[in-house]
Amino acid sequence: MLQTALEHIESEQDFGDTLAANENVMICCGRMGPMCLPVYDVMEALTPSYPHVAFRDMAFDEPVGRIIRSLPETAGFTGLPFTVYFKAGKVVSATSSIQTMEQVTAILDEHLGAQD
Amino acid sequence: MRTDYDIIVLGAGPAGLTAGIYAARAHRSVLVLDTGTIGGQTVLSYHVANYPGVGETSGRALSQSMLQQARAFGCDVKAFARIANIDLTARRKTITLKDGTALTATAVVLASGGVPRKLGVEGEQRFGGRGISYCATCDGDFFTDRPIAVVGGGNSALEEAVALTRYASHVTVIHEFEHFQAEPWIIAEARANEKISFLMNQRVLGFSGGAELAAVQSVDKQTGVATETHVDGCFVFIGYVPNSDAFADQVKLTERGEVVTDDTLQTSLPGVFAAGDVRQKRVRQVTTAVADGTIAALAALEFLSELAA
Repeated sequence: MLQTALEHIESEQDFGDTLAANENVMICCGRMGPMCLPVYDVMEALTPSYPHVAFRDMAFDEPVGRIIRSLPETAGFTGLPFTVYFKAGKVVSATSSIQTMEQVTAILDEHLGAQD
Repeated sequence: MRTDYDIIVLGAGPAGLTAGIYAARAHRSVLVLDTGTIGGQTVLSYHVANYPGVGETSGRALSQSMLQQARAFGCDVKAFARIANIDLTARRKTITLKDGTALTATAVVLASGGVPRKLGVEGEQRFGGRGISYCATCDGDFFTDRPIAVVGGGNSALEEAVALTRYASHVTVIHEFEHFQAEPWIIAEARANEKISFLMNQRVLGFSGGAELAAVQSVDKQTGVATETHVDGCFVFIGYVPNSDAFADQVKLTERGEVVTDDTLQTSLPGVFAAGDVRQKRVRQVTTAVADGTIAALAALEFLSELAA
């Protein structure tokens, strides 16, 4: 399990339930490593400003991580973390490696709706 | 939210947090402000093994410890600040946030650090996270039994090249000079490693491939001979650029964009000090950043005392 303040997706059931219950979902699949930690921090900081988005993390090396690792949209990714954005259950964007606050908010605003 | 401070520190890496610790412990009101996460470049280090008195730790853990220490002394710390404007020229310095909040202080410590230098060549952005990486420890295992390149010739580049041989089938080090800028011990270690070869005196022209990286194009700076190195991955370690754009027109900078300071770390503006990787200096380590933060904070405190006298 990742040591973050985000809610974790720990099983396929969790994943399915999260997508079923939330129209807008951002999942960061990574480790507790240098490229991943800043992205978790960005998500934690953005949570109050984007109440219409469910921010979740997922452990890359756990069996559940296969969900994100095996997506067609993450094929060819070679940089942690893999971050995937879902709208109504469909992938609308995916990024590989570290992302800044500006990069994350640009994707959120474009695909999942601007902040409050 | 408080908006008026004695000292505002721009940057929450080791230099900025240390300045915050010293200034807050002197009972001054202090705000440490960062546009990113807490810890600066230190967060990007898996292991910090040479910070005296701590033993081996992670950059994250060390940063969090500094953050707790700063807050314990009463220092305000804010991450992910959205800064719209910085005015350092007036007697009362003002940092305006994008929501319109004006933060003011009598003294400012610039500790905004640096960001990894990019090559700025064709394909670098396109293959970022799709072959090109800046963290060997994070991404090395994606290249198990695959050929990769490392661009750079300093300590980081050679240390990571050696580390990457644990995963990669072969590592080609591509460097822009005929000689390395690294310590002799790591040069020797890299040269002794049978999985590493060297392409010296090269200017990297670009990266190519389909959906994923397939090759690095470079040219010999002396002979003009072009080389295409076929690799699945490339790790770039060519140093850092100072994060000084936001105040570049207000304080004196070097040609490389580093803030020029005197021995007390005062910049060309009264009441404005600089610490850590953003300033002109040779050695960039956590220890030297912490030393800078100490000196800059003490100088800022002295500046405030002289104003009050």
